This record gives sequence, structure tokens and C-alpha cells, in this order.
Amino acid sequence: MLTHRIIPCLDVNDGRVVKGINFSGLKDAGDPAELAESYQNQGADEIVLLDVSATPQGRSTQLDCVRRVRRRLAIPLTVGGGVRRVENAEALLEAGADKISVNTAAVEDPGLLQEMAARFGSQCTVLALDAARFPDRDGFEVVVLSGRKRTGMDALDWAEKATRLGSGEILLTSWDRDGTKAGYDIDLIRGVSERTSVPIIASGGAATPEHMQIAIQAGADAVLAASIFHYAESTVQQIKAALLHKGIEVRP
Amino acid sequence: MKTRDVWIVPTGTANTASVIAGIERIGLRARMIERPKEALSAGYLVLPGVGALAAAMQRLQRDDMVSVLQDRIRADLPTLAICLGLQLLCQGSEESPGLPALGVVDGVVIKYPSSVRVPQLGWNLVQPDSTCHMIQTGYAYFANSYRLTSAPGGWSAAYSDYAGKFVAALEKGRVLACQFHPELSGLWGQQLITRWLGDEAILGERTC
Repeated sequence: MLTHRIIPCLDVNDGRVVKGINFSGLKDAGDPAELAESYQNQGADEIVLLDVSATPQGRSTQLDCVRRVRRRLAIPLTVGGGVRRVENAEALLEAGADKISVNTAAVEDPGLLQEMAARFGSQCTVLALDAARFPDRDGFEVVVLSGRKRTGMDALDWAEKATRLGSGEILLTSWDRDGTKAGYDIDLIRGVSERTSVPIIASGGAATPEHMQIAIQAGADAVLAASIFHYAESTVQQIKAALLHKGIEVRP
Repeated sequence: MKTRDVWIVPTGTANTASVIAGIERIGLRARMIERPKEALSAGYLVLPGVGALAAAMQRLQRDDMVSVLQDRIRADLPTLAICLGLQLLCQGSEESPGLPALGVVDGVVIKYPSSVRVPQLGWNLVQPDSTCHMIQTGYAYFANSYRLTSAPGGWSAAYSDYAGKFVAALEKGRVLACQFHPELSGLWGQQLITRWLGDEAILGERTC
């Protein structure tokens, strides 16, 4: 039986792991390669590395960072942040990524997903979908540019379209919950799960194993978290032990 | 050719960086095949692959690799096929009807049904039958939309469950074909690669 993945996320700025609420007020949380290896040793099922560098100079360290992480990592590595073209994805794969996530560039040019899926396969083409509740009505809208821009585009429609174009996985982040420790947005997970047939990674708001259990029961295949791991509030082992106890299948 | 070299067949879009890193962590050297004859003389050969079967077959045909790979596997030379690599060994895939693959494994791969999320992405329990020598019970990382549902004659098999039982890996002599990614399957995967290499590769590395 396929187990549910526990995925630590490393937000990388200028080659250092950072954590902050909605990417403002960033705090240093360590070296990406060291942290990735330590999570692997704790039993992490995959690592997500998102480059949040705001400047081209910061981003130029991304390939080197991926190479350093890859050398130490014998588990899957998903990389995103700043991927605008197929060539960016190819360079990241050559540096050692196994999957590539795209966000803003796919919203601006959905054909990018199609091109990536044709070239590298759907299993390699991850849609990073950042969503927030509409301020004035039910439902969710897509947000881009690290939360700086609301698009007004329906998030569930976009999820369905992106998978039709070839996306083989959705990294689904609730922008309302990110950094709040209030738990994942369950309505968002349920909605996207019902509209698509690819695996979903829930992201944004996790603080406890209960949050993860609820997200998995709502339709998430995998759960992602950052700060609870970076600040050693929980280890991956502790989370997995708690989930196993609740009857959720995880890799021991 | 020194046994510490592990040669990799370029199939176009495979995540070769992960395969190379996995080989280097064991202490061996990974090299890319450039000429077909290298694939026949290589002490160890890895056939990796992700993405579409048709594109990978085109690449193998373009590089004159088809008959060399068929000969190598029939001669039972140490060969590791990974993910799409396993599917390339089969007769073909539902993904590309009518397109012959390498055909050294008697079977056709078919897509997972819509009752499960596709692709299968994640860690699944692998259970070998009693005739397997290399594969042991453990969790492996899968990233696949197609699979073999039954083991072909002449091969030992390990199985996992996703929409029913499917072939997680096949082995025969020195040939190992994994639907999962051993290079991404943590310590368990690394130990499997080490068993595939056998004692002489590790000993060779120590004395070189």
C-alpha cells in the first residue's frame, strides 16, 4: 500500500534556509544541504526546496544549492522557485532535482506545463498552486508572485486545467494559513482533491500531527511543513509515530 | 575496464544526476555511455528513464543501442534498469500501442485505473518472492503511471500493491529491473544497488 509522505520544505534565500510568515520578516534557519540530510536521517520521505530569493544574484546560487543537496540526498528532491522556462527546469534536473514545481510562470503561460510534461514526464511536472479565499465570496483564488498578487482566477478550475495540461502532482499551499500554525485549509484540500486525479501535497499552516491527519483524511496524499521542523518543535520521526498511532499509513 | 566504473545509458530525460549521486555515494564512478560498444563491454550498466516510452525508444534507436542492450541482457551481464528502464525491457506499453520496446521481458505495461491517483508518487512496500536473491522486503520510492501486473516467466519478482498487485521489480542472474527508483529509496535502495553490484565492485573499489 502506498504510504503518505511527510515532506519538510526548505525555503531558500541567497543560499540559506529561511522561515517567515508569508515570506516577510525572514529568519535564518540554516544550511540547505545540512538540513536536508538531517531530515532524511529523521525519516523524511522527500524534500522540497523552494528558492524565494528576490534578486537574480540570490537566484544564481540555486543550481549550486541543488547540487550540494543532491550529493547528500538518497530520497526525492522537488525544486521550485523562479522556474520561468523549460530550460530552467532542465538545468535544475541536471543539477539533481527529481521533480520541478512551477507557480507564477504556469499561470502566465499554461503551455509551460504541457511543454514540461512532454519533455520530462508528468511525474516530474509539479504545479505549485498558491491559493487564498476570495475576500468577497465563497471559494479560492490563485495568488502569485509569492503572495504579492491576487489573480481573481478560480483555484479549483486552475487545478483541473493544469492537470489536464500534464501536471502530475499539485503542491497546494493555502496562503491564508501559511505560517499561522492554525492547520491546513481543509476546504481547499477537499475541493482540489475532488476536481483532480493526481497526488496532492498539502501545505500551509501545519503545526501538529492532528493537522496532518485531518489533511490526509480530506484527500491529501502527502503533507508538507517547514517551521515545525526547522525550529525542532517536532522531528519527522515523532510526527510519523503519532500518525501511525492514528492509523495513517506512513513509511516507518 | 575497471569494475569501479558504472556506466549509464542516456535515455534523454532521465534524472541521471540522482543516479550518478547514488553511485558515487557507494564510492564508485559513474560514466555516461557515448558509443554502443561501451554498453556491451561495460562491467556494470544502468538503464534509467523517466517520462514517455516512445521518446526513450527513439533515443535508443538513434544511438544504435537497441540490439546492444538486448544482447547484454540475454548474456546476463550486470544491468540495472530503473523505472521506465523496466518498461523499456518489456514488449511494449499501453502508452504507445504498436510500438515495440526492447522485448527481453515478456509482458506489456498498462496504465493504473482511475480508482487511484495517477501517477503513483511515493513510498510503497516491496515484497520479493522466495526466489529473489537481490531484492529484500522494504519501502521503495515509486513515480509511475504504468506497470506490469504479472511477472513474466523466467524472472523472479517482487510485488507492491497499488490498485491491486503489480510488479515492483524483476531479477534474473545479474539483471535487476526496478519499477521504483533505488537511487531515491534511501538506505534500503542503496543496499539493493550494492547487492546488484556484488562483492567484486566493492572490493575493486577498495584496491584501486
